Amino acid sequence: MAVVDTNHDLKRSPRSEFVAGVRAELPILLGVVPFGMIYGVLAVSAGLSVGAAMAMSSIVFAGSAQFVGVQLIHAGAPGMVIVFTTFIVNLRHILYSASIAPYLAQLSRRWKWLLAYLLTDEAYAVTITRYNQESASAVKSVNRHWYLLGAGLAMWTTWQVSTAAGIFLGAQVPSSWSLDFTIALTFIALVVPALRDRPSVAAALSAGVIAVLAFGLPYKLGLIVAAISGMAVGLWVEARLLSTGRRREREDSR
Amino acid sequence: MNVWLLLICMGVVTYAIRLSMIGLIGRVNLPSVVQWALCLVPPAVLSAIIFPELLMPKGTLDLSFGNLRLLAGALAAAVAWRTRNVLLTIGVGMVALWVLQAVIPH
Repeated sequence: MAVVDTNHDLKRSPRSEFVAGVRAELPILLGVVPFGMIYGVLAVSAGLSVGAAMAMSSIVFAGSAQFVGVQLIHAGAPGMVIVFTTFIVNLRHILYSASIAPYLAQLSRRWKWLLAYLLTDEAYAVTITRYNQESASAVKSVNRHWYLLGAGLAMWTTWQVSTAAGIFLGAQVPSSWSLDFTIALTFIALVVPALRDRPSVAAALSAGVIAVLAFGLPYKLGLIVAAISGMAVGLWVEARLLSTGRRREREDSR
Repeated sequence: MNVWLLLICMGVVTYAIRLSMIGLIGRVNLPSVVQWALCLVPPAVLSAIIFPELLMPKGTLDLSFGNLRLLAGALAAAVAWRTRNVLLTIGVGMVALWVLQAVIPH
């Protein structure tokens, strides 16, 4: 007799989960390759040694933080400011960590430590999509952590190879090409499409204006001041939208 | 700060953030105000870097048409808004800057 089990444990092998993770990551990696190469070129032209530029890709392993870090090193910012800026730039990973944690809760410590290292924007994006789909259809694959491992290692390998290629090229690119401008362009490409609601527009505009006003602050602190004020303004707009929304609901129900 | 010590500190900070919720607790619900604040981190931080780069490329505010980075950046922002394509945005912005540099004396 066939029993329909809605809450079945899927026995996908570790190998098939791993391969599926690598496959899902591939399209994203097409965009990662040039991004990594640009980082490599910039790191060398910012004055980092080849060894330090390579080491940043494996020790930090976070694209936007590496771009910002290289830019601040180039501008001569003090170490503490660079570390604190890294913290702010990477804060969004708390959200990734929180949303993926329930799916990894039963794993050993070693697995958690390894997978946390591989939790980049790119690996997170494909993995959380898969996990959410599985849980929506009540599927529980016992080897699903291998999927994240596959996506994460595919990303890691691509990042190391493409940044190395950029570092190798970087030494031969003349500064008259203004390649440092690609940092600002990259950030424009990331931030502009995300400005789809009023709080994020408010946060972006106020942070930008304050960054210009606070540019003269010592130790490049203007960036941190601007980022925190921008977040505060965004939160304030969000709270105001919510409270006017609630008032309207109350008036409608009368 | 020594560059290697700096790299290690940057790495530790990044790793600690990624491990935070996975390592400490299995199931955590962040308060919604914290979630909102975290969603605002990318637009705030990135804009705080972009604005000075475009508006004050030589260290002082320059809103003139002689500011080629502002012109190229504005064009790139329009491309980003319309296409949401990272590579196309970088490509158009870079080519625009090179063309402007070749055409306009600076």
